[in-house]
Amino acid sequence: MIKARGLTKRFGEKTAVDQAGFTVLPGRVTGFLGPNGAGKSTTMRMILGLDRPTSGDVTVNGRRYRSLGAPLREVGALLDAKAVHGGRSARNHLLCLARSNAIPARRVDEVLGLVGLQSVARKPARGFSLGMGQRLGIAAALLGDPGVLMFDEPVNGLDPEGILWIRTLMRRLAREGRTVFVSSHLMSEMALTAEHLVVIGRGRILADTGVGEFIDANASSHVLVRSPQAAELARLLAARGHRAEPGPDGSLRVFGAPAALIGDLAADNALRLHELATVQPSLEEAFMRLTGESVEYHAGVPGGAPPPNPPPARGPRPDGVR
Amino acid sequence: MAAPAPPAPPAPPGGARADRRVRFGHVLSAEWTKIRTVKSTFWTLLAGAVVLIGFSALWALAFSASFDDMSEHDRATFTPMLPTQVAFYFGMVVFGALGVLVITSEHATGMIRTALTAVPRRAHYLAAKTAVLGAVVLLVGIAVSFACFFVSQGILASKDLDGSLGDPGMARSVVGGGVYLALIAVLALGVGTLLRHTAGSVVAVFVLMFVLGIVGGFLPGAWGEKVNKVLPSNAGNAILSPVRRSDQLAPWTGLGLFALYTLAVLAAALALFERRDA
Ligand SMILES: Nc1ncnc2c1ncn2[C@@H]1O[C@H](COP(=O)(O)OP(=O)(O)OP(=O)(O)O)[C@@H](O)[C@H]1O
Ligand SMILES: [Mg+2]
Repeated sequence: MIKARGLTKRFGEKTAVDQAGFTVLPGRVTGFLGPNGAGKSTTMRMILGLDRPTSGDVTVNGRRYRSLGAPLREVGALLDAKAVHGGRSARNHLLCLARSNAIPARRVDEVLGLVGLQSVARKPARGFSLGMGQRLGIAAALLGDPGVLMFDEPVNGLDPEGILWIRTLMRRLAREGRTVFVSSHLMSEMALTAEHLVVIGRGRILADTGVGEFIDANASSHVLVRSPQAAELARLLAARGHRAEPGPDGSLRVFGAPAALIGDLAADNALRLHELATVQPSLEEAFMRLTGESVEYHAGVPGGAPPPNPPPARGPRPDGVR
Repeated sequence: MAAPAPPAPPAPPGGARADRRVRFGHVLSAEWTKIRTVKSTFWTLLAGAVVLIGFSALWALAFSASFDDMSEHDRATFTPMLPTQVAFYFGMVVFGALGVLVITSEHATGMIRTALTAVPRRAHYLAAKTAVLGAVVLLVGIAVSFACFFVSQGILASKDLDGSLGDPGMARSVVGGGVYLALIAVLALGVGTLLRHTAGSVVAVFVLMFVLGIVGGFLPGAWGEKVNKVLPSNAGNAILSPVRRSDQLAPWTGLGLFALYTLAVLAAALALFERRDA
């Protein structure tokens, strides 16, 4: 279990993490979601005792990381796959870590097998590809068979096979009863792996909630309608108080009206429908909605095009969402 | 791992080995594994040995060839350790480079963050690094110091200038040379910890150990002489004189002072290392 209270980190003027409070529970994958520069890596470094919090504190299994007797046997972390001395072989790298935490050398070969690096175990790590480096980092995290695991952007730069492998691994680790905390700026990735979310934007925790609740609270479903008489249908819907936004391809996105109501309305007015579908909101949408104002680095839009999604009215948020 | 997940709630993971306490010995063993599993350790030690032994031989040749042309004073103060003493001024920086690399290579590669998650007690971490580096350089340094001695004596023998280990202060000088090298490496480790960058730290060690000594030689007057004696490289070099030289501190005083410098740098390094973000 990881517990942060009032966790704050300033770098000079810049507040990277601002009064963060959250709890990561065992037995499920908790996604740590936030746009670039939101403070995910800084938070993780503080959890591991690498960065000193400006104020507040964070504990792992009830204790500060720096006071853990054998940290690798309690916490395994993958922060940066390249954090390895390139001249050392994969096996020797793991052996150094194992020695420092009184982990038997046989476990080194075990984890090398687990991540599929046996064949290159004696090669210098500098020759490793990104994916191999990532696997070595994960081997190091698993070395002490820890109950708490943290991964910072583990799928970055991996091929589809590698991504699938990591997803499966994380879910399996959680099923075994471990605490799994994984950061990403990719909502789609989190939608596939995480059951619980801690969302961070500009250093502040924006939500600490289940994935389903998060979507429900931050995005609403809509109905996609295609009709040769879209303009007329839109007018009829508007007259009944339902907002209908024209899409770029001539479709309509209708908010606040169920598909049945739209279909009946069209039939009653002899309007032809070519498509009528309810679209479930994506985590992506919910995330954009929530962090819209707290994105650190907005990409400049060439030619000053209008924003793609004018934000509709925000729904009520459950308790977990601040 | 192919077996399906057991239906019963799994035992809390991580508990199986948690009973094995981690002691300082484990951290030492990790550092020993680290230092012996990178090739740069071997090559730096070899380079240091070659430079020290090579320069000892070279200066032994030079002294043998020109002894008759040397001034009365120079001949009177000549000791069989002189070639080794000169060689140390050139060779010691290589051992300093090893001390620097032991820590700066971890900063350069990011290994330091991985390492500090394994050993978050930074005082333990630095202490283990110091002990392992010190022990390795001490053993190699004593061996190299003996090699310097025997090689240069072999050459000096042609002019009957050679000494033996049984001469007063001679064995102490030779063994002390190894101790001095170990202290230099440890001081350099402290500098590397403070500065974190390889090139900057090597330059700092070079200035401290080599340039300062040269500058000190030009200081005028009695005041200059006093300052010159306590400069790090001159203080440390005193251990290499079998009989005390008038321009140096007493052998053990000199080495003791150098050890104090080393300790001061290490203390500053630890204080900063404890507070800094990795
Ligand atoms: N050592 C540092 N010194 C100064 N500023 C820093 C430092 N580390 C991080 N920051 C700043 O703190 C903020 C948070 O950075 P952090 O790396 O934690 O973000 P992140 O959520 O991990 O982003 P990404 O998705 O890009 O990895 C950023 O604005 C970053 O520039
Ligand atoms: Mg990051």
